Amino acid sequence: MSPTASVVELVPVLDGATSSSTSVNDLAIRVGTVNGSGSQSANLVLLRALYGMGIPCSGKNVFPSNIEGLPTWFHIRASARGYVAHWPDPHILVCMNVQTAADDVRALRPGSVCIHRDDIDLKGIRDDVRFFAAPLGKLAEGAYPSDGKDKGYRDKLRKVVNMVYVGVVAHATGIEMEAVEAGIRREFPGRKAKAAEINIAAATAGFEWAQTNMPHDLPFRVARIDGISNQILIEGNKAAALGVLFGGASVLTWYPITPSSSFAEYAEEFLKKHRVDPDGKRTFAVVQAEDELAAIGMAVGAGWAGARAITGTSGPGISLMSEFVGLAYFAEIPVTIIDVQRMGPSTGLPTRTSQGDILKLHLLGHGDCRHIVLIPGSVGECYSLTIEAIDLAQRFQTPVFVASDLDLGMNLWLTDPFPYPEKPLDRGKVLSAADLDRLGQFARYRDVDGDGVCYRTIPGTEHALAAYFTRGTGHNESSGYSERPEDWKKNLDRLALKLETARGVLPKPVIEGDPGAKVGMIAYGSSHPAMIEARDTLRDQGLTTGYCRIRALPVSDEVIHFIERHQRIYVVEQNRDGQVYGLLKSALPGSLADRLRSVTHYNGTPLAAENIVRPVLGWEMSPTGPGWPTGDVKRDNPDVPHDPEPSAE
Amino acid sequence: MASEATVLIQNNGHSFSLPTIAFQGLPSTLCKGCGHNSITSHLIEACKSVGVNPYKTVKFSGIGCSSKTPAYFLQASHGFNTLHGRMPSVATGALMANHTLGAIGVSGDGDTANIGLGQFKHMCRRNMPLVYLVEDNGCYGLTKGQFSATADMHAHLRRETGEENTVPPFDLCLEAIIGGASFVARSFAGDKKQMIVLLKAALVHRGMAFIDIISPCVTFNDFPTSTKGWDWARDHEQPLQELGFVPRLAEITVEQKEGEPTKVQLHDGSWITLRALRHDEHNVTDRGSALRLLEESEGRGEFLTGLLYLDPKRPNYVDMQNMVDTPLTHLSDEALRPSRETLEAIMTTI
Repeated sequence: MSPTASVVELVPVLDGATSSSTSVNDLAIRVGTVNGSGSQSANLVLLRALYGMGIPCSGKNVFPSNIEGLPTWFHIRASARGYVAHWPDPHILVCMNVQTAADDVRALRPGSVCIHRDDIDLKGIRDDVRFFAAPLGKLAEGAYPSDGKDKGYRDKLRKVVNMVYVGVVAHATGIEMEAVEAGIRREFPGRKAKAAEINIAAATAGFEWAQTNMPHDLPFRVARIDGISNQILIEGNKAAALGVLFGGASVLTWYPITPSSSFAEYAEEFLKKHRVDPDGKRTFAVVQAEDELAAIGMAVGAGWAGARAITGTSGPGISLMSEFVGLAYFAEIPVTIIDVQRMGPSTGLPTRTSQGDILKLHLLGHGDCRHIVLIPGSVGECYSLTIEAIDLAQRFQTPVFVASDLDLGMNLWLTDPFPYPEKPLDRGKVLSAADLDRLGQFARYRDVDGDGVCYRTIPGTEHALAAYFTRGTGHNESSGYSERPEDWKKNLDRLALKLETARGVLPKPVIEGDPGAKVGMIAYGSSHPAMIEARDTLRDQGLTTGYCRIRALPVSDEVIHFIERHQRIYVVEQNRDGQVYGLLKSALPGSLADRLRSVTHYNGTPLAAENIVRPVLGWEMSPTGPGWPTGDVKRDNPDVPHDPEPSAE
Repeated sequence: MASEATVLIQNNGHSFSLPTIAFQGLPSTLCKGCGHNSITSHLIEACKSVGVNPYKTVKFSGIGCSSKTPAYFLQASHGFNTLHGRMPSVATGALMANHTLGAIGVSGDGDTANIGLGQFKHMCRRNMPLVYLVEDNGCYGLTKGQFSATADMHAHLRRETGEENTVPPFDLCLEAIIGGASFVARSFAGDKKQMIVLLKAALVHRGMAFIDIISPCVTFNDFPTSTKGWDWARDHEQPLQELGFVPRLAEITVEQKEGEPTKVQLHDGSWITLRALRHDEHNVTDRGSALRLLEESEGRGEFLTGLLYLDPKRPNYVDMQNMVDTPLTHLSDEALRPSRETLEAIMTTI
């Protein structure tokens, strides 16, 4: 059987603090709503209220590829233990969307609480869930009565309704109304003060209704703690945008694509605010290109001309950038590319997360291409590794990728405030006119230092020796056209040497855990939060593990040493084929390669701890594997009863 | 005046001389008699004549026969032979990085009208400040003579099978004018006098200066009935104007009137003199007039050359960016990285 272990989420294997007895500060809320109905503010208020109460928390917007009308869900998790990964089974479900309410209820675990609009009929679906039908519409009208003049009243009311469930949930879980109020004021600052008052009234109405109509001893509670200190809540795309600002990027090019658009939009916003001289002139240029071909072409042109150039996209855009990335690799042009990965192939699930591009990024292009890929595992690293990537691109005169993903990029995560970069900007090996005077010679592709990294001149350098002709065709050391076998092979070998030089200075893996453990875990990127939780769960069940979080490709020797130290190593990733598992296997001698097992998750949902724990325990309990997946498509993907899919068409 | 062996270059108030060899390049590897080689030599002449500073000039090309030519001129300039049809984006990025560079892009009809039409038109739309030459021979040379999108209707492939082109060609000048390029001309590789004048004007234009140059392919598309062949072009060329170029020394602008010469001031203050010969109904600064002229001439099977359209006032995309005077490439760490206090302030707002 294949060593690739898949996981079907619907079969619960763990039974933590979620079922019957009262739990405190271990809460998962899910709000099922309709895209475009204005629930985002309400959900952020809930999240910010938990944050305000000092409880580690995270928020995930699980949304459709649609502007208005299709179902969307917001997941909130609060955990005193700091577990902020995806949790597939909410304790509290809020049903605002009649289209999905029944399915959402069917998926609940016994003992969960369902708060729903009183006009949604959920009678008879199941009797092991506690239902509370809240008159949200009526309460909203009470809190925000029509004055008979405002033509936009119905639209506004439709949004205000959402804030009523915030009050109901607050009462049900013990979220403090002061924290809710503070969250609302934060959501409606300054000139929106009137809207803040209306929304506070709506939340209060919900809270008061719940006081009268709901029990006071529901089992899922939160209570104020000091679990956050000075941490901030931020999306990875905004963090990466700050990396653009403080990494000294000077040219940003992009083409709109979910889920990377907000990266470029945030970056432009920051640049316009903080990178303007006293005369109002800009120290940057941002171009929204006509497509991803042009976006990368512009970035390559800018990098060639000496700018610190960056572009951002997602999988389909990466496909379009492939030819240019090959050119930039071979012509040795610095450029940084942020890939906020989404679920493919094809248009796929454009609003769902994945780590499916990772191998492609490493090898993008035709012929013998191999690239540096930095892989942030937190929003903090979205910031710091973007800065690092811009520097590395300059230093190694090559494309450098930052492999983020939708879960990291578009969702809110806690992080320490970002540190100011202490290293000066790395400009790489650039020769000035004065250098050329001193040296008396220059050949663009001559490996003077023996590290595979050559010197370059920037167009516009006023010196008779400066100019060279950049080409994607075969070239000799002087960048002259050459089809000589020895020129071609030497150049490819030098490019390999250059990558090997880079490998030694790329961000090291983060290795932690019991050094005596026989079992090792390897993961990367947004799998990290679920890995933290999964390793604790495994430890509670008697399995201690070492953990190696890869932060860069090609992997450093530390990763190989980690594998050597463990008898069995599980490589956890969010793609079907175990891309990094395969990459590691191909790089290792057989005896070490045989120690690796692949744990994959690829149904479009973010990775949860149980997606790791279940297959790992399965393998650990049976040397021949967990018996799952069976390899039979039907058995591995059992039918799940559901209502007909709503359609935008 | 520059002597025979050197060229005088004015650069930001100071001047220096460069040997003419700085304007030349490697020997051409194109076919003997290729129109592209003529264009290369005209371009060298034009660059010397207006005193282009090779150190502050960058050359770009796509892929194809034409795109090899930047290796054959201005060897003291940096050059970039990019991807097929993608030269515009690379040039755009480079000019963002350093707005003080002058740029010359060389492309072909396949590179621009087929694979690169999208980037070409977006470059027109942005009015990027560069000289964009299409060395137009209506066919793919490097891959042995297939039709390009400027191939004549009913043209036949030069093969035993002799397939016929059954779709009408694009007129790249029409596309450029519609796209928004602010300087659009057509010329003929064999007309040295006219080409040099147009090239000189294009080199000092601060916007996109597009010239479609009919450049016969002696190997795959030079037979008597081809409009992209030497004979046909010589017989059917209809020069639009007699052109003269007067650098810097300003003369008085006049409206172009039927049968009278017109002087048009270029962005840098230099002038181009037009004399409308046959098409005196054409107003060179009027887009509608230029488009009509091209439409009508196509109907008559005419081969119009000269300056078809000029808008010296349209802002170019680089100037619109409102960038600091120092090229982005040369900004200091302090200019590129905001202060520690700025980061701390941002952190309090997240």
